Amino acid sequence: MAVSLRRVQTGHRRRRPGLRRQARLLPVVPAVVLLLVFLAGPVLWAFHASFTNAALTGRNARNPGWIGFDNYARLLSDPMLPLSLGLTVLFVGGSAIVGQNLLGLTLAVLMRRARRPVAAVVGTAVVAAWVLPEIVAAFAAYAYFSRDGTLNQLLGGLGLGQTDWLYSFPLVAILLANIWRGTAFSMLVYRAALSDIPGEVTEAALMDGAGGWQRLAFITIPMIRGSIATNLMLITLQTLAVFTLIWVMTAGGPANASTTLPVLAYLEAFKFGDIGYGTAVASVLILIGLVFGAAYVRLLREDKP
Amino acid sequence: MTTTAGTSARGQLQSGTGAVSHAQQRARTPADVSLVLIGACFVLPLLWLVFASLDASAGHEARFPGQFSVDNFAAIMTPGLLFQPLWNSMVLSAGTAAVNLVAAVLAAYPLSRYQSRFNRPFMYTILFGTCLPITAIMVPVYGLFVQLHLLDSMPATIFFMATTTLPMAIWMTKNFMDAVPVSLEEAAWVDGASGLTALRTIVLPLMRQGLGVVFIFVFIQAWGNFFVPFVLLLSEARQPAAVSIFSFFGQHGAVAYGQLAAFSILYSVPVLALYVIVAKGAGSSFALSGAVKG
Repeated sequence: MAVSLRRVQTGHRRRRPGLRRQARLLPVVPAVVLLLVFLAGPVLWAFHASFTNAALTGRNARNPGWIGFDNYARLLSDPMLPLSLGLTVLFVGGSAIVGQNLLGLTLAVLMRRARRPVAAVVGTAVVAAWVLPEIVAAFAAYAYFSRDGTLNQLLGGLGLGQTDWLYSFPLVAILLANIWRGTAFSMLVYRAALSDIPGEVTEAALMDGAGGWQRLAFITIPMIRGSIATNLMLITLQTLAVFTLIWVMTAGGPANASTTLPVLAYLEAFKFGDIGYGTAVASVLILIGLVFGAAYVRLLREDKP
Repeated sequence: MTTTAGTSARGQLQSGTGAVSHAQQRARTPADVSLVLIGACFVLPLLWLVFASLDASAGHEARFPGQFSVDNFAAIMTPGLLFQPLWNSMVLSAGTAAVNLVAAVLAAYPLSRYQSRFNRPFMYTILFGTCLPITAIMVPVYGLFVQLHLLDSMPATIFFMATTTLPMAIWMTKNFMDAVPVSLEEAAWVDGASGLTALRTIVLPLMRQGLGVVFIFVFIQAWGNFFVPFVLLLSEARQPAAVSIFSFFGQHGAVAYGQLAAFSILYSVPVLALYVIVAKGAGSSFALSGAVKG
């Protein structure tokens, strides 16, 4: 009797703080609801809709029918998929992993060596391209690369041949434009990382007679490798999602020569009116994003146990 | 956030006073020259915007205007062309930022103040949410909005845009809140104030600056967003400047480049001004310390 009473009491005592602790979490609810409805919802909806023949207009727009794996079968046999995947890899690899990353690191290293006013002015110029609204940056890049644009004007001034960049080399044009637009992010990440390296370390290396390149290769880069990994992951995800820049500059053309996955998903859904098929393309992109996102979270978790 | 700013400031001090060697001094000039060259490449595409906006007969090339004129600016200063779209941008961005701030502050409070098994998995899920490529979910979101009859609705678009930036906003708000010492609230708790009262009267006033940063950060993102309103808002009367600029100048045949440049500049000025405010107040890497360091 006494034992059971005590058990009831402790049970009671345990339940009430438990309840109160759960009540404390109530303020999280609005955020969780928003995230579930507008973020998790569309992702799940995407996987569902990619199995239907949902259309932009007509009968299939209101009542889409279930067609199983038809969209994915079509996707696998569509010559656009390998082309678009390849273009996406080239775009992300060339403009983010090589372009933005290396240029950002170069800028950050140079800024520590240069005179302070020079570094400040150049830093502002680089950041300006990044802070501008994306549609404005896209218009500026379009004007720069167009046939009678600034780039050809410069090449002409140097006595070099002129080409229609957006027509003959659309991938090169959007690649360079994305480097111009996004390098500021890498530059800011690396500036913060470099300023966290203790002065004594650099000093000790100087005493040992290490040259500039040796210090960069054996001290600076190993010390900021955490930032490098994080930066690579984030710029990959950002570049994977670039749509506006490409849409304004080339709209995926000419002849699909710059149709990356986001552009392909948009074209299929809204230009050809096949929401179901466009969603299947988007699902591939979401999956790639989820894999990179999971890798990124793991990376940070290992960094800070 | 604050710790990052602290350490970077210390780093700059050290390199400024202590270890500047002769080798570094000698290396300055080549570094200056290379920086200026790279910087010039970044400025070139922007020159067109400025020159074309002041040139009544502008084309694609960055040409110094033969004679300066404000005709382009005068031509676009009409309610239909400029003011209505800018007002729509304002409503969308301010609404998005307000929804973000309320949801993020409420969510951050228990995450920052109470220990729970729920905290770490939640924060990692949030971080994971910041990684989702938003352009990838726009086609499914369109499908979802059609089914729910939410297409072309301002409030629905605001809530969707708010959710896309919410993970980042929660992450930043929690970091700012962690920097407010708990001891002050404990006194209030002893006096019988509830958690939310303590939040409103003690914590929020102390993290005003951080809240400003979060608000401006979300506002800038929403103001510059083109793809989301492009897909979700169909009627011209509701479209923000980012979309109207595209449909007015991008799709019609003869493009008035000077007016396009002038519109672009007027549309960019608020964002540039807000960025300068935040960068001056909280160090130029304001957004990154929330994103990268945590």
